[in-house]
Amino acid sequence: MNISLCINGQSRAFDAEPRTLLVHLLRDEAGLTGTHIACETSVCGACTVLLDGKAVKSCTVLAVQAEGSEITTIEGLAPGGKLHPLQEQFWEKHGLQCGYCTPGMILAAWQLLERRPDPSEEEIRHGIEGNLCRCTGYQHIVDAIQAAAAQMGGKR
Amino acid sequence: MASIPEAPKFIGVPIKRRDDPRLIQGRARYVDDFQLPGTLHMAFARSPYGHAAIRGVDLSKARAAPGVVAAYAGADLAGKIGPVPVAGLVPDARVPVQPVLAGGRALFAGEPVAAVVARTRYQARDAADLVEVDYQALDAVVDLEKALAPAAPRVHAQFEDNVAFRWAIAGGDIEAGLRAADVVIKQKIANPRVVPLALEPRGVLAHYLPGEDKMTIWSSTQVPHKLRTLLAQQIGMAENRIRVIAPEVGGGFGSKLNVYREEALAAYVTRELGRPVKWIESRGENFLATIHGRGQLGEAEMGLRRDGTITALRYNVLADCGAYYQLLTVAIFTLTGLMLPGPYKIPHIEMKVTGVFTHKMATDAYRGAGRPEATYILERMLDLAALELGMDPAEIRRKNFPAKAEFPYATSAGLTYDSGDYHAALDKALQKAGYPEMRRQQAEARRQGRCLGVGLSTYVEICGMGPSAALGGQGWESARVRVEPTGKVTVFSGASPHGQGQETSFAQIAADAFGIAVEDVEVIHGDTDVVPYGVGTFGSRGTVVGGSAVVFARDKVRDKMARFAAMRFEADAADIAFAGGKVFVRSAPEKSAPFARIAQMAYDAIQLPPGTEPGLEETHFFEPPNFTFPFGTHVVLVEVDPQTGEVKILRYVAVDDVGNMINPLLVRGQIHGGIAQGAGQALEEEVIYGGGGQPLNATLMHYALPKAHQLPRFELDHTTTPTSVNPLGAKGVGEAGTIGSTPAVVNAVLDALAPFGVHHLDMPLRPEKIWRAVSRARKGGPA
Repeated sequence: MNISLCINGQSRAFDAEPRTLLVHLLRDEAGLTGTHIACETSVCGACTVLLDGKAVKSCTVLAVQAEGSEITTIEGLAPGGKLHPLQEQFWEKHGLQCGYCTPGMILAAWQLLERRPDPSEEEIRHGIEGNLCRCTGYQHIVDAIQAAAAQMGGKR
Repeated sequence: MASIPEAPKFIGVPIKRRDDPRLIQGRARYVDDFQLPGTLHMAFARSPYGHAAIRGVDLSKARAAPGVVAAYAGADLAGKIGPVPVAGLVPDARVPVQPVLAGGRALFAGEPVAAVVARTRYQARDAADLVEVDYQALDAVVDLEKALAPAAPRVHAQFEDNVAFRWAIAGGDIEAGLRAADVVIKQKIANPRVVPLALEPRGVLAHYLPGEDKMTIWSSTQVPHKLRTLLAQQIGMAENRIRVIAPEVGGGFGSKLNVYREEALAAYVTRELGRPVKWIESRGENFLATIHGRGQLGEAEMGLRRDGTITALRYNVLADCGAYYQLLTVAIFTLTGLMLPGPYKIPHIEMKVTGVFTHKMATDAYRGAGRPEATYILERMLDLAALELGMDPAEIRRKNFPAKAEFPYATSAGLTYDSGDYHAALDKALQKAGYPEMRRQQAEARRQGRCLGVGLSTYVEICGMGPSAALGGQGWESARVRVEPTGKVTVFSGASPHGQGQETSFAQIAADAFGIAVEDVEVIHGDTDVVPYGVGTFGSRGTVVGGSAVVFARDKVRDKMARFAAMRFEADAADIAFAGGKVFVRSAPEKSAPFARIAQMAYDAIQLPPGTEPGLEETHFFEPPNFTFPFGTHVVLVEVDPQTGEVKILRYVAVDDVGNMINPLLVRGQIHGGIAQGAGQALEEEVIYGGGGQPLNATLMHYALPKAHQLPRFELDHTTTPTSVNPLGAKGVGEAGTIGSTPAVVNAVLDALAPFGVHHLDMPLRPEKIWRAVSRARKGGPA
């Protein structure tokens, strides 16, 4: 069936099976492989993307459910090859090691800062509890999100 | 010996990682991100039973399904693909042959029984569901003790029981040591199975080009060359016609230090069909069919004098091998024996291991790999001993450390620790934690009816794996360094980092010696057609062994470059220095040229220094003369809610000594991650099996990985005791956190429970287990 989406600001049309998961559409059809799959059960958050400005786990969203929506993936977070403050601070604070959880973690953090521009450490830790990281022990991720919040001046 | 330059500009500096830009922008490429035209997708039908007879496999419906190109059962592959490779065996180990697809019997839940290849992923998975297997479920061997009962079902009919191997290590005279003790503490201790759970599941993409008779394999692996050699043998293809690429790899923790069935099958099928074949593991498959870690059930006995001096340690242990060995299954358990004396002077030790076949996936290397198990035994036993002797846990540890002056220190397990200062790390950790204050806080909390606990672990680990002879081969690592004609430097490493950050730290190592910027160094790894034959990344060896190889290769090139510069400046090569992007004469600095100019000279080769070939490229294989022995002390403060059994880690203090640090930022990251994993095992993680051998919690919905809000802010510090085993003086850091944290957290929880008379519980210390123990104690029952 036909599915039309706006991905990272570009209108795209796809012909996909009704059961196609959004994450597979993004990765295999749209070629945006920055969104990762790690648990297929919406527990780990590696597949997090923004759907109409809300962080969703794209491994448990059907592509058809996203019909007509605006999707932002990690590739589209910052325009023109620039870095979003979250990306900058993940780099600065060593908020990643293997990098597999990172795109989802950054987009989850984006939503957290959208809702809470100046979060406390505890709010950050709870805010990313839907995203698993096996490498970092989270501390540098928390530091990165805190630093990004400061850089963004408490507002987006 | 080569050495760090006198005034390093980059080594020891917390430079941010050079690989991050691609990772934070979603531009990195993991195996599944490679999309070759015409790729076929592979999926498996796996046994739902822990143990079953396979009376028939009917592939007809699968073959007829849309998009299916091929389907295979075990019988279709007989004689065509060799068994899964095994190494690191001990004498007289019974070695079952692990086929690529199960034949007459399935021996663990998740064992692949049939493979289906189709045009799309969805079609492949659909078709795998259409494979009809006639199973007859059989009794499964799950429990390690029951596995050895005479009436137990046998995992392998060709062996007379479920004993996989027996191995022992002894030093001193264990009986005399126990006789010399005033008290002997005995405790049965389990170290349950856990899953490594790299966030990126395993995956392989194999592409055979019939015209060239060449194959490229992209695999999420820690050991690309090992994979190439072993796969070549398995599928009967010349090794030098296979190229293995480890692209971006999303974590390993030991689980990708292996050669798995699916890799061999993908390689076989692409050659059969002449099209690219991809298999990406699902998380469910990862739980079932990627190696597990730990899996020990033992009985420990520690003898001590009244003053806390350890006289002897005995550990008899059952080792859960699973149904088949993977690459290093057996070897991992022997590492526990080598590590058994830990950081203590224990004159008499003995460990007897009985490897046990069970109807489960194999165990193998998982972060720490045998050494956390030894540390856990020691640290638990010392806490029990301290309790018995009325000593402070810190004091009993201090009492048994070798003094700084006693290094190099030869242990009763036969290793020689080259350097160490265990007192310093303990003192620093206690000071940082405010240990006396922590104890006062605990006493005050107890008066208020709250349960605070303080846990310690002091550890040493065997890292920088390792001397080849001690490892049964291949303990070295390779590096090639090339100065390009334009003055850029390329480092080719045989190590295969997958998140550790050596693209940065190796560049730091190279840049310092050449006096150039880190940005001018490119680090290449993970491609067998490009880098020299390498061993890979595991066992805290990447920097220690791989980085040392870079040092030697780099110095060879630098020495050669100095000869070209000496010729140009009519100076002595020993008087040539490299700094600030220039090559100059140390005693006459006005004689200088840009680094790139000298590099170009070596390639132009219009004039050559005597006995010197053109070009600037050197390779070094670094063979470490010994292991390295990082150590440290971790101090944990927890609060346990006796009403619910919930544990909250209030503080976590870690003082680790990893020798010289190349990049302290990366070191911190490694320790953080290690602590989190170790704490996960202490509190939450365990693979739970039903009686039929099916894992009951084989999803991330049921298997609890530590989350951000469950962990505290880690308070780190370090001492620095360099090793003389390698030119960097670095000792390795990949496993330190995991080794230190598990016992520290468990000890803290049990310290909190001490007022209830609960002195030992097996991991994981989930709320329910704690709540039950407390409830029993309150009712006056046995703890």
